[in-house]
Amino acid sequence: MALPHALTDGWVVAQRNLIKIKRVPEVLVFVLISPIMFVLLFAYVFGGAIDVPGNVDYKEFLVGGIFAQTVVFGATFTGAGLAEDMQKGIIDRFRSLPMSPAAVLVGRTTSDVVYNVLSLIIMALTGLIVGWRVREGVLDMLAGFALLLVFAYAISWVMAWVGLLVPSVEVINNASFIVIMPLTFVSNAFVPTESFGGVLRTFVEWNPVSTLTQACRELFGNTNPAVPTSDAWSMQNPVVYTLGWIVLILLVFVPLSVRQYRLSTSK
Amino acid sequence: MGVDTFMIRAEGLVKRYKEVEALSGLDLAVPEGTVLALLGPNGAGKTTAVRCLTTLLRPDAGRAEINGIDVLGDPQAVRRNIGLSGQYAAVDEHLTGFENLTMVGRLYGFGKQRARERARQLLERFDLADAGDRPSKTYSGGMRRRLDLAGALVAEPPVLILDEPTTGLDPRSRQQMWDVIRELVAGGSTLLLTTQYLEEADRLADDIVVIDHGRAIARGTADQLKAQTGGERVEVVVGSVDDVDRVRSIVAAVAHGEVGVDERTVLAAVDGGPASLARVLEELQREQIHVLDIGLRRPTLDDVFLTLTGRSAEEQSSTTTEEVA
Repeated sequence: MALPHALTDGWVVAQRNLIKIKRVPEVLVFVLISPIMFVLLFAYVFGGAIDVPGNVDYKEFLVGGIFAQTVVFGATFTGAGLAEDMQKGIIDRFRSLPMSPAAVLVGRTTSDVVYNVLSLIIMALTGLIVGWRVREGVLDMLAGFALLLVFAYAISWVMAWVGLLVPSVEVINNASFIVIMPLTFVSNAFVPTESFGGVLRTFVEWNPVSTLTQACRELFGNTNPAVPTSDAWSMQNPVVYTLGWIVLILLVFVPLSVRQYRLSTSK
Repeated sequence: MGVDTFMIRAEGLVKRYKEVEALSGLDLAVPEGTVLALLGPNGAGKTTAVRCLTTLLRPDAGRAEINGIDVLGDPQAVRRNIGLSGQYAAVDEHLTGFENLTMVGRLYGFGKQRARERARQLLERFDLADAGDRPSKTYSGGMRRRLDLAGALVAEPPVLILDEPTTGLDPRSRQQMWDVIRELVAGGSTLLLTTQYLEEADRLADDIVVIDHGRAIARGTADQLKAQTGGERVEVVVGSVDDVDRVRSIVAAVAHGEVGVDERTVLAAVDGGPASLARVLEELQREQIHVLDIGLRRPTLDDVFLTLTGRSAEEQSSTTTEEVA
């Protein structure tokens, strides 16, 4: 009873958020420009300085990492959107209605999937322009994009929780960077796993952003199968391992965020 | 309808914010089909009371019931029985009026068709049909407030709670809002509204509760309250300060209670307004005192406060913290 209610009400709220994208398209422009900038920056500025084992071109290596990094960064948008919602009068309307208490969160995380779909399309096009190629089948490619979107959806629930904890929209960017920066930079997104040593390397190998990146590279055919990247189980089975993280994150952060929504609105 | 069927009931509501006690044991009871005005200055605890009654805020102590349902016990059921319209219009500025109301309908569980029909109906009724397809951020303050009230009425709830429905509105919008509220009451709704204006409470409410520091300091009908606070006032502004004493004694003859003097203004509560005014005018003419202005004035919240607490509403609001929204 509670779940379908959360989904139908959540969809109504998501539609409201999507109308805002239509009315204020300027927001979209900035969300979509930053991934382009990242692709160009890494491809041309760092591209020459980083060696990838197995004779893989850095630009091919890079795009999977940029995809992963961008969808994780994109989750900040969810946190900011929610933090903004919480300060608006409309929340009082929502809270005085007999609607599902999860609806505002379900709606926000759902409408943000649209941002991620758009930014993946933009990035893929930019990637193709700078020399990235998909070398596996269409189904594998679609599986890669689907995995990115589902992972992004899970992370957006983490950021939803952060967005409810912080007192204002201004704090959200800094608060989320504390989590997102280490996750994306201490990973194989921009440099090969082999370039890390010791404890850091173990972190990289088991970091879900690394395995997501690895899964994308394999599904898009951007790795050299003759040269295995790492023998850690997580890196050998990146799709399964990443899916495990997705389930875990959702199991923890969906209830946590709904609880926080209730708490922060009934002070 | 028995007198015992209270649609809104609160007993001993207490809400603290750190050191400030916003509500210190507020009791309210609103019989079915009547209007209660919660009258008080900024910071008196009006909004806090509204938020406790509408499930937006958990009181620290006390209990409240809407249509017999406990607010803390079954908040979802309470939400099906109330319509809330706030001081800060709870509308989405990027959505059109139509989209706002349709969204609210869908969140009440209406199907698409029904939500749309209801939205069109309400836009028509609140004189917003022409603006219905424009984003609500293009609306004037009065239009936004009407849209917000329309949002509260989507599911035709038996209880309506309006937090300062006319604060900040121009006189015409205020009049429109009053008309709408009267219609709602005629339709059988039970209504609680908060206001800073005695005139508004007088025009709309069956009962008035005057609230100060989170506690009721007076309650009764508008007439009882006015009688208690001395009804209408005669106010005379004289041309010369030398005449003030003579005017004071003229006014004292018809006054009910003390005569107030502030520089060249003499003010006193009177019984039987127009007759008293006529007598004062007659005396002034006989003594040939030059008067700049003279008139009858209805008591304001300030007068009520002055009588009940010995200080004005404005002094009151500056000594307490801003009301927590």
